[in-house]
Amino acid sequence: MPARGGGALGKGLLGIYLTALVLLPIAALLTKASSGGTSAFWREITSPEALAAIKLTLAASAIVVVLNAIFGTIIAWVLVRDEFPGKRIVNSLIDLPFALPTIVAGLVLLSLYGKGSPVGINVAFTRAAVGLALLFVTLPFVVRSVQPVLLELDQSMEEAAASLGARPATVLRRIVLPSLVPAIVSGVALSFARALGEFGSLVLITGNLPFKTEVGSVYIFGQIQNDSLPTAAAVSVALLFVALVVLGLLSFISQRQSRHVL
Amino acid sequence: MAIEVRNVDKRFGDFVALDDVTMTVGDGALTALLGPSGSGKSTLLRIIAGLETPDSGQVVIGGEDVTSSAARTRGVGFVFQHYAPFKHMSVHDNVAFGLSVRKRPKDEIAERVKELLGLVRLDGLAERYPSQLSGGQLQRMALARALAVQPQVLLLDEPFGALDAQVRAELREWLRRLHEEIHVTTVFVTHDQEEAMEVAEQIVVMNKGRIEQAGSPRHLYESPTNEFVMSFIGPVNRIGDAFLRPHDIQILPESDGTGTEALIERVVHLGFEVRVELKLHDGRDVWAQVTREEARQLELTEGQILSVRLPAPRVFSS
Ligand SMILES: Nc1ncnc2c1ncn2[C@@H]1O[C@H](COP(=O)(O)OP(=O)(O)OP(=O)(O)O)[C@@H](O)[C@H]1O
Ligand SMILES: [Mg+2]
Repeated sequence: MPARGGGALGKGLLGIYLTALVLLPIAALLTKASSGGTSAFWREITSPEALAAIKLTLAASAIVVVLNAIFGTIIAWVLVRDEFPGKRIVNSLIDLPFALPTIVAGLVLLSLYGKGSPVGINVAFTRAAVGLALLFVTLPFVVRSVQPVLLELDQSMEEAAASLGARPATVLRRIVLPSLVPAIVSGVALSFARALGEFGSLVLITGNLPFKTEVGSVYIFGQIQNDSLPTAAAVSVALLFVALVVLGLLSFISQRQSRHVL
Repeated sequence: MAIEVRNVDKRFGDFVALDDVTMTVGDGALTALLGPSGSGKSTLLRIIAGLETPDSGQVVIGGEDVTSSAARTRGVGFVFQHYAPFKHMSVHDNVAFGLSVRKRPKDEIAERVKELLGLVRLDGLAERYPSQLSGGQLQRMALARALAVQPQVLLLDEPFGALDAQVRAELREWLRRLHEEIHVTTVFVTHDQEEAMEVAEQIVVMNKGRIEQAGSPRHLYESPTNEFVMSFIGPVNRIGDAFLRPHDIQILPESDGTGTEALIERVVHLGFEVRVELKLHDGRDVWAQVTREEARQLELTEGQILSVRLPAPRVFSS
């Protein structure tokens, strides 16, 4: 049957693509990370500096995705449901963080919120700077995943709820939000993955102070420069592992929620 | 509760969707809002429900002016054209929604939902989700959901629109019987005149944002006050400014020479009814409706020339 044949071709392509772009690089990374044996691997990722960097990365990413979930949803709501002058311009601004090379983003943030800030806010070389830079680069994810769902959302569901006696807040909580959960979760997953690996926007504004503002990716970069490739690989694998677990969890949540919605 | 709509206007930008609409629906009545697409039926229904605000005029339900009250306080059950199921909730939770926002005790809700699902013949499907129901089942779930809060008024926007002919006919019949059972003031929108005639006690005919005429199906059929109602309700022949009903055209036995001469162009058998397409001797086309029995007795065949007697045509001024 033609559909079968097409399916097999598709699956084959997917296999080749994923192998070349994802599986092989990860396998190489794993090989590198395990070149010294398990105890060496363990030592590398539990060294105080590595551990501090990993913890900071995870904590900052977690906070940032929670903020994204909240504000990204609100921004998407305003962009879809409200009318105001300049809405289209605002809408296209959302994608800017995607378009900007992250190092440029870092530079811009540093000149705005660093020493001699024109707005009087100086967060340079603090943990707040980590959060700020991550918020900047991950802003579009939740907005852009929630927006289309909100556009497609059947407003008569909300009207039905209202005519059944629900207050606006109840309609939001019991009708709108449950329908948005899968989209919010998928935006959160993308934000989280991006935040774990973010490098360019952080390297300038955080000052890379070990135990204070040094995140995983910057630590890894430092190790590469010191020629400690196994250490760099080990910490990468640790971050990768966390990403895998978190993404798996999120996709489970999202699937449970969207089971009946789609 | 009776519904009164007084002098309601509604514009969308420059477009006049409702133009000075006034109508009354009696307490406990079953009324159809009938009109072509875009005539403002849904807009009027939504204004009664409080889902849309009129630019001017009043809506009175049960003697109380509700023009500026929010939808949630009007006690109106609304069934949407595409049912608007809460997709993330089970059938049970959909039906229970109105009661649960009113914070009724759990066991009372469970009991009422069970009773309603029985009423709409969905017992046993309580744990399903809307995506697992057929169109007709969704429709009945939406109805049960609207009825759960014991609305004073039930509004249905094209309740049978999206269903196939057979399910449609069943549900029509069922809606009428349901109405006899619970006697809630009901208004439903349709653009199908047959459906309106069959189900409703009163029909309100709308056209271009205005009410053309309101009355019982029989009254509208027999005494239409304008050509729109005449041609929208029941079959019609139009000859210039004059209208006549196809079943009022009498086909005479060939021997009789008193009528107008006509050529049979086509004979269409539609079960009991036979549709005879005629060309009159002056070249005008009309069609006549006769029973199967009449057609057999008259031995109607295509190409035959015979004479017909035309009733006095109706002419509407303006
Ligand atoms: N929110 C809106 N904004 C602009 N125009 C609208 C809006 N709602 C309705 N209209 C217009 O008002 C007119 C009447 O619409 P309405 O939905 O009441 O018609 P209807 O009689 O229900 O038609 P149908 O049988 O097709 O459902 C239509 O021309 C429609 O385009
Ligand atoms: Mg409509």
